[in-house]
Amino acid sequence: MQSQATYNYKVVRQFTVMTVVWGIVGMLVGVIIAAQLIWPELNVVEWLSYGRLRPLHTNAVIFAFGGCALFATSYYSVQRTCHTPLFAPALAAFTFWGWQLVIVLAAVTLPLGMTSGKEYAELEWPIDILITVVWVSYALVFFGTLMKRKTSHIYVSNWFFGAFILTVALLHLVNSAESPVTFWPMKSYSAYAGVQDAMVQWWYGHNAVGFFLTAGFLGIMYYFVPKQAGRPVYSYRLSVVHFWALIFTYMWAGPHHLHYTALPDWTQSVGMIFSLILLAPSWGGMINGIMTLSGAWHKLRDDPILKFLITSLSFYGMSTFEGPMMSIKTVNALSHYTDWTIGHVHSGALGWVAMVSIGAVYYLIPRLFGKAEMYSVKLINLHFWISTIGIVLYIAAMWIAGVMQGLMWRATNIDGTLTYSFVETVKATYPYYTIRLLGGLLFFSGMLLMAYNMVRTIAGGHAVNAPVLVPSAAHA
Amino acid sequence: MSDFVSGFWSPYITLVVLAGVVGCGVFLWQQGRAGNKPGETMGHVWDETLEEFNNPMPNWWRWLFYITIVFGLGYFALYPGLGSYAGKLGWTSGGQHEKEVADADAAYGKIFNGYLQQDLKTVAADARAKEMGEHLFLTYCAQCHGSDAKGAKGYPNLTDNDWLWGGEPEQIKATIMGGRIGVMPPFAQLGAEAIKDIAHYVRSLSGLAADSLRVTRGKEGYAAAGCVACHGADGRGNQAMGAPNLTDKIWLFGSREETIIETITKGRNIQMPAQKDFLGEAKVHLLAAYVYGLGAGAKPAPATTDKK
Repeated sequence: MQSQATYNYKVVRQFTVMTVVWGIVGMLVGVIIAAQLIWPELNVVEWLSYGRLRPLHTNAVIFAFGGCALFATSYYSVQRTCHTPLFAPALAAFTFWGWQLVIVLAAVTLPLGMTSGKEYAELEWPIDILITVVWVSYALVFFGTLMKRKTSHIYVSNWFFGAFILTVALLHLVNSAESPVTFWPMKSYSAYAGVQDAMVQWWYGHNAVGFFLTAGFLGIMYYFVPKQAGRPVYSYRLSVVHFWALIFTYMWAGPHHLHYTALPDWTQSVGMIFSLILLAPSWGGMINGIMTLSGAWHKLRDDPILKFLITSLSFYGMSTFEGPMMSIKTVNALSHYTDWTIGHVHSGALGWVAMVSIGAVYYLIPRLFGKAEMYSVKLINLHFWISTIGIVLYIAAMWIAGVMQGLMWRATNIDGTLTYSFVETVKATYPYYTIRLLGGLLFFSGMLLMAYNMVRTIAGGHAVNAPVLVPSAAHA
Repeated sequence: MSDFVSGFWSPYITLVVLAGVVGCGVFLWQQGRAGNKPGETMGHVWDETLEEFNNPMPNWWRWLFYITIVFGLGYFALYPGLGSYAGKLGWTSGGQHEKEVADADAAYGKIFNGYLQQDLKTVAADARAKEMGEHLFLTYCAQCHGSDAKGAKGYPNLTDNDWLWGGEPEQIKATIMGGRIGVMPPFAQLGAEAIKDIAHYVRSLSGLAADSLRVTRGKEGYAAAGCVACHGADGRGNQAMGAPNLTDKIWLFGSREETIIETITKGRNIQMPAQKDFLGEAKVHLLAAYVYGLGAGAKPAPATTDKK
């Protein structure tokens, strides 16, 4: 009877398809706001204005696209590495519908101007409560599955997924503590004031990067890279050390978002130093992922899924080097408030988060729909090159724009007056905004190729649930 | 330092920060001593194929980790970070700012003070002062008055011949130094019809199209409602209180009937922030000369400024 049981792929299928759908939506909004920066007249009505669409873009790509990718991959890999179907399947189904409701509510309330004003935590209090309920359910399903695992040891991807789920719950509860004022329009006030509010916000904000966008996606990496490469993880010891060092150190790094502000000097220093110490723990994941391929480098030549996964690790390594450098006060004095930050975020968001997700989704779709491979492997290859060129255009444009803005802002004449007025720096940025839009458009069109490829694959296949495997002898 | 509410927090933070940094190093060192068998797996298999090699951590990576830890400890010795310990170098961000300001004052102060000694009209005629004034204007004033100084709705045009508070050099300087608050009280109590009549009368003062019957009634309403107290019987305004001249075809908020009705019904409240404490007199002096020199300032103010 046990051998008749199958893994719960239904919820994985749902989240996988929605990953692609929300990816397209979120990136389309990104393309629109990039265009609005070049042509301000595109701000036609207030609910489609830049100020309201920008949080919609960030929420859609991080929590809708990235969130669905994390749900899909963690549900898929936790069952398979625990050799047991998901715990509480009804609760798992609830997390899907609940999370989609959160996304739809975000897409309604943000354009209406309802926002708590906290970056990456803009959603108002009723949605915050729904997020909490969904997230606790997610934790129950995930850790419940781990509890009933058939193996003695817990596989490394599950450490990262587990840390991500627990920490995001903590971050959300603390940062979203607020006093509700009205239900409609949704309105609340933060539980914190002044610089404490800023510090809590950026403790949240940076750990949203650290745990949602890093630990969670490292969980994806640790399952899908060894699977796709067909090689063992490079070093167990490295994964132990970089896991604990990463989750410990990230917690301290938030104050680097508040350099040269009212935050006390000691807090800024602590944030900067732990950001620098974070470099090695971050790189541990990159090394372990890329070195997993040693002895199988030739596979990179003709496996576009592996190209996505390994390129994502390269961008991960680049962003996690850039981040600690930008946290140094002297560098931050130049880079802060410029488009350099936007470039940094997108080398992480497009290069790392999106590419590792795309690779994992291309791995998942055929397996979830009873096919040997995607409808067109050539299209995956095309998608890879379009997105890579798009990212390079995007981040190079923003680097140049950011450094230029920082230098123009601080340039002085021989009499000490500022050489450039602010609007002149905006004017000088236009060409780079245009290149950025082009890069974004390329990345976006890659997602359309993916959607087409996905639809054709699903059309030619049918939903399958793989049978639960008995653990290999080593674990029995 | 006043960052802490009690004596407990400084040692607590010192301890936690040091334990965190040193703890990373101890953990790394202890894990580095664990035995490895390069090329062999750990002996566990998940999901058919997932295994882990028992390879050691790369040495270059371990050294990178150690170096950041040592750098961190060195930084905490030199800079503020461990609670209220100020660091060997005594650096503070506030101190860095004050030093940069002092350096700038030392380097540029004499240029600005040189102009401060001169009469505003002389400064306005000085080409270099004009250039400096323009830079200052674009940095501090353009946000409201526009890069071309032509203003926007509610923000006066500085290039025309209309001065709310007077266009003499010293008057412009006083405006920038102390700021201005322009208040027109609301007159909703007059009722919609009476307000509309007054609006037509006000339009007629500038020669704009208006209903003659309403203009007649509005003229009476203008006097009866007390508009004369600020704008004068002839509507030419009063620079002593910043009351606009209604006869010069220059409109701060707009000349459309609806806009004037809105102005009378709801009143207006506008503010020019004081720059004395922010920019200091020397920069204000250059700015006043620059604004005066925009061209319109040189012309004489309207003759009705003595009205009360």
